[in-house]
Amino acid sequence: MENRPLEYDYTVAKLFMYNTIFVGIVGMLVGVILAWQMAFPGVNTFLGVNLAEYTNFGRLRPLHTDSVIYGFVLSGVWSSWYYIGQRVLKVSMAESKFLMFVGKAHFWIYMAASIVIVISLLFGITSSKEYSEFEWPLDAGIVIIWVLWGISIFGLIGIRREKSLYISIWYFIATFLAVAMLHIFNNAEVPTWLIAPGVGSWYHSVSMYAGTNDALVQWWFGHNAVAFVLTTPIIAMIYYFLPKESGQAVYSYKLSLLAFWGLMFVYLWAGGHHLLFSTVPDWMQTMGSVFSVVLILPSWGSAINMLLTMKGEWQQVAASPLIKFMIMASTFYMFSTLEGPIQAIKSVNALAHFTDWIVGHVHDGALGWVGFMVIAAMFHMAPRIFKREIYSKSLMGTQFWIQTLGVILYFTSMWIAGITQGMMWRAHDEFGNLAYSFIDTVAVLHPYFTIRAVGGTLYLVGMFMFAYNMYKTMTSSRVVEESELQNATPMGA
Amino acid sequence: MDIATLQAYGFFFFTAFMVVILYSYVYHLYSSQKKGTRDYEKYGNLALNDDITDQPIEMISKDDETKK
Repeated sequence: MENRPLEYDYTVAKLFMYNTIFVGIVGMLVGVILAWQMAFPGVNTFLGVNLAEYTNFGRLRPLHTDSVIYGFVLSGVWSSWYYIGQRVLKVSMAESKFLMFVGKAHFWIYMAASIVIVISLLFGITSSKEYSEFEWPLDAGIVIIWVLWGISIFGLIGIRREKSLYISIWYFIATFLAVAMLHIFNNAEVPTWLIAPGVGSWYHSVSMYAGTNDALVQWWFGHNAVAFVLTTPIIAMIYYFLPKESGQAVYSYKLSLLAFWGLMFVYLWAGGHHLLFSTVPDWMQTMGSVFSVVLILPSWGSAINMLLTMKGEWQQVAASPLIKFMIMASTFYMFSTLEGPIQAIKSVNALAHFTDWIVGHVHDGALGWVGFMVIAAMFHMAPRIFKREIYSKSLMGTQFWIQTLGVILYFTSMWIAGITQGMMWRAHDEFGNLAYSFIDTVAVLHPYFTIRAVGGTLYLVGMFMFAYNMYKTMTSSRVVEESELQNATPMGA
Repeated sequence: MDIATLQAYGFFFFTAFMVVILYSYVYHLYSSQKKGTRDYEKYGNLALNDDITDQPIEMISKDDETKK
């Protein structure tokens, strides 16, 4: 029998990495089309009037949000899990045929579900729940995908050599448990056709909750999807990739532990801030506001821990575009976790709610924090997976600055647009008559919508540069030795 | 007192209780590090020494295996 030394097996990490790059481009392309539609409504029919049903804003919007959140981000998270999980537990996927099978099944079932989801959204089949648009058969499919990931997590933990679980593993476990709970409760639904034969389509369902309760469950889900899909797994990634890439152990491991429990404790209660001034009980709204403000502490606990990890090593930020991506991600995390609580204060929310400021907030978090961290993770992993150096450091650097400019244009234009909108909506004369009609605001906002579309386009250009750099890294870059892969990622000029 | 008021009071006291637990945990972390009972900072090296041939920071011992 061949006696080869044991190595980590990145087969599944690689599959998810391909999908991250592909869906990243598709999802953001759809986002850019939407941004141009907002600025120039004619773009709604860019494939002609006959196909307008498939290209209008309403049809494409869930495709953008779901493909970026559950396609680009989740694939990036899972690629990272199948990489980090093995390394910090010091066990290879190659040691368990069962876990390798589960990992591959996880990927392929996820791919199959993704294709069905894209088709269903294009045809306008949705349950109308934001970020949870999928009808009940797909919800059931998602449970299978999630359970497979759970088996992978706990299976790998079960056969580990390293006794202690690194903080990243804590965050991955939190992601798994919380999303399982959120998905089940928010998608508790009644398939109409099965309950009353002949009513509606076989795949159609209605929510188990009604009215205010439905809204409350929806936003408990919605905000915690931000927490447990767009925050905790990304923190898991930065807690591994930044120390590894910089060669510096995390500044304070104790701070990482208490920030973890703080985040778990506080985040679940903050969703009520989406329903301020609604029919939800007043104490619950106040609770949503208060917990959102308290949330600054654990969020900044992690982010400051990352910045302090670079203490005495700031020359690395100047030298490495990969570390730039992570430090900028951490900075945007601090920024958006300060902005969010400000928006959750009742008096600010009265102005900000339903305006484009909210959209700006989402995107400085999603593009600046989540997007940059996923990109950094892929750049760190690729040379270790393909045993080749990053094709071009200067291309990576250029991508960083183009995308940073894109994010800045995006959120600054949305700040101005949002506050302008909020002020115009509430303006009235001395008799209480509204000073402006809705269309007045639309006319004023046009330049800012255009700037936003330009910002989004720049970010998309960066994604194409990223895809090209990754493709060249995988196929034709210089082959590297294992000894070159210890900390700083090797890069060609 | 109606059910909504009860829920609100219940939630408040539950939160206060959880705050006590969280701060006790923080105290526990820092005091055990100071007393030398447990060195939490060494776990930061889990990300750095992560080759499959690296010595684990804490090995799963034979005792743990038998306890299972």
